[in-house]
Amino acid sequence: MAEVELRNVTKTYGDTVALDNVSMTIPDGAFVVLLGPTGAGKTTTLRMVSGLDKPDEGEVLMDGRSLNGLTPAQRNVAMVFQQYSLYPHLTVYENLAFPLRSPLLKTPEDEIKIKVQRVAETLQIAHKLENKATALSGGEMQRVSIGRALVRNPEVYLMDEPLSSLDAKLRADLRVELKSIQADSGATLLYVTHDQIEAMTMATHVGVLDHGKLVQFGTPREIYEDPVSIYAASRLGQPRINILPADIFGHAPSGAKSIGLRPEQIGQGDGQESLVTRVEHLGDQTRLHLSFRDHDLITVTDTHTPLKSGDIVKIAPNNPFFFDAAGARIQ
Amino acid sequence: MSFSVTEPSIRTKWFAGTAVVLYAVITILPLMWIIATGFKSPADSIAYPPKVVFEPTLEGYVNLFTQRTRLNQDDLDALPPPETWYDEMVREQGQVITGRSRYGERFMNSIFIGFGSTFLCMVLGTAAAYAFSRFRVPLKNDLLFFILSTRMMPPIAVAIPIFLMFRQLGLNDTHLGMILLYTAVNLSLSVWLLKGFIDEIPVEYEEAALIDGYTRFQAFYKVVLPQAATGIASTAIFCLIFAWNEYAFAVLLTSGTAQTAPPFIPTIIGVGGKDWPAVAAGATIFLVPVMVFTILLRKHLLRGITFGAVRK
Repeated sequence: MAEVELRNVTKTYGDTVALDNVSMTIPDGAFVVLLGPTGAGKTTTLRMVSGLDKPDEGEVLMDGRSLNGLTPAQRNVAMVFQQYSLYPHLTVYENLAFPLRSPLLKTPEDEIKIKVQRVAETLQIAHKLENKATALSGGEMQRVSIGRALVRNPEVYLMDEPLSSLDAKLRADLRVELKSIQADSGATLLYVTHDQIEAMTMATHVGVLDHGKLVQFGTPREIYEDPVSIYAASRLGQPRINILPADIFGHAPSGAKSIGLRPEQIGQGDGQESLVTRVEHLGDQTRLHLSFRDHDLITVTDTHTPLKSGDIVKIAPNNPFFFDAAGARIQ
Repeated sequence: MSFSVTEPSIRTKWFAGTAVVLYAVITILPLMWIIATGFKSPADSIAYPPKVVFEPTLEGYVNLFTQRTRLNQDDLDALPPPETWYDEMVREQGQVITGRSRYGERFMNSIFIGFGSTFLCMVLGTAAAYAFSRFRVPLKNDLLFFILSTRMMPPIAVAIPIFLMFRQLGLNDTHLGMILLYTAVNLSLSVWLLKGFIDEIPVEYEEAALIDGYTRFQAFYKVVLPQAATGIASTAIFCLIFAWNEYAFAVLLTSGTAQTAPPFIPTIIGVGGKDWPAVAAGATIFLVPVMVFTILLRKHLLRGITFGAVRK
């Protein structure tokens, strides 16, 4: 396993800037999740590390060695693609054995058998080993795809939304499984997702990307509790952070344009009156949709709240975030 | 878009079925004629009205593979008794076998040149198509258009320059010359067809193979080729059929060593009068290799023809 570093990496595809001077260090054994909407540069980052694409400027280093000019095979990385990654002319077994049979690893057949069997059991696809790769459901394909990375012991695992096409239960299972595999093996893992639960539960570090720029890099708690901007703050938290005009509750620091309130930053029972417009019982939590001075707010309240729409709730900010006109945080 | 598929009515089915059968009969009729003529006696073969029911004989096939000379009855009687059934068959016509005909040789030339050029065409075509499909080739579209443009005139239009070129290069009447020529003619078709097939194979498969520890060439060989098999097979059939049936260049550029079957078959007529059954026998045997090749690759061919029509 290895430490991976991106140093001032810039990559453009035609007119689109996919990565703009990105520098980040992925510590050895870290589980790094890249967050950001489509087009933020998450997948491009993976392609830079894997060697499928070359940076226009800057370099990628592994344990301090530059990877410039090395082929993907020479880098010894494993990657789970978002789609289309199973070899359709091979069986599930052959797909899983494919990386082990490569000239890079040249694993003996009996060892391949053991490794493939073990991974197949972990991912609950042992009964499908003889199937053609095309005769699987979407979820099974994705598991085989993850398996093909896990049979190896690479310097770094790269995963591009590996759980996105799975159903909720399997996703939860695999989340735990992936995290424990990573923790047990000490693997370095770079993981792309839209799903903030995956980010919060699995990551040791989160990198927030916006239009090819790395806007914040830190532990999930740091990103959540100490975001650098509205954009970073919006990546994590369910329901999302509420952004309102800065002076809506009165006192605001100078230069502040907006105030950011996560549900736990909205004190209920004291302060100023707001109107309940909707109550959503989600089972484990209850969401309160509020209307406050013509602005909509969503917060969380007691699971068994007696509140119903039309009621009045008093709210007050509690250690809120303030942001300037550009969306940057004011400390 | 979705279509509601309803079972066609009985009348539609009957109509479609009749049309297909009619078309099949019309196309198969000349073929049956040739095959039947191969088994007729020379007299039956030119009988009018044509005989549908006749007494089959292998005379045509024997004549096809032998060279014979006519003897007068006294000389024939002086010979020792015929040793084989075909000796006997020839003597009944008042002839004796003097040797083997050139048909076997010409047929082997056709096999060698036809399959050789098809193989070469597939190797070059696949490599070029892969490069055009996957890499940034300078002037890609111009090059592709140029390759296609070699198909825009009938190949025979350049027969004279090619004839002169071949004479200069010493390629006249050589196997190599014919293989190169047929490859050159077929290459544009194969590059374009194969590029279409390879374009359809998502590039992610190769990227996965690269990451799995394989080189670019191994990824091509282990991942792209198996998936392009359908395209390669159907393209190979098209190339083989052209090279196999080609007549004009073969007449012009070959005479002895490298002559293929198509220019040879008509010359059989000249041997010992109008020997239509031998010509028909030659044509019948000539049909076999392409038929076998096509039947072997039929599954691929069908998928190749309907290629792109079905969304995966």
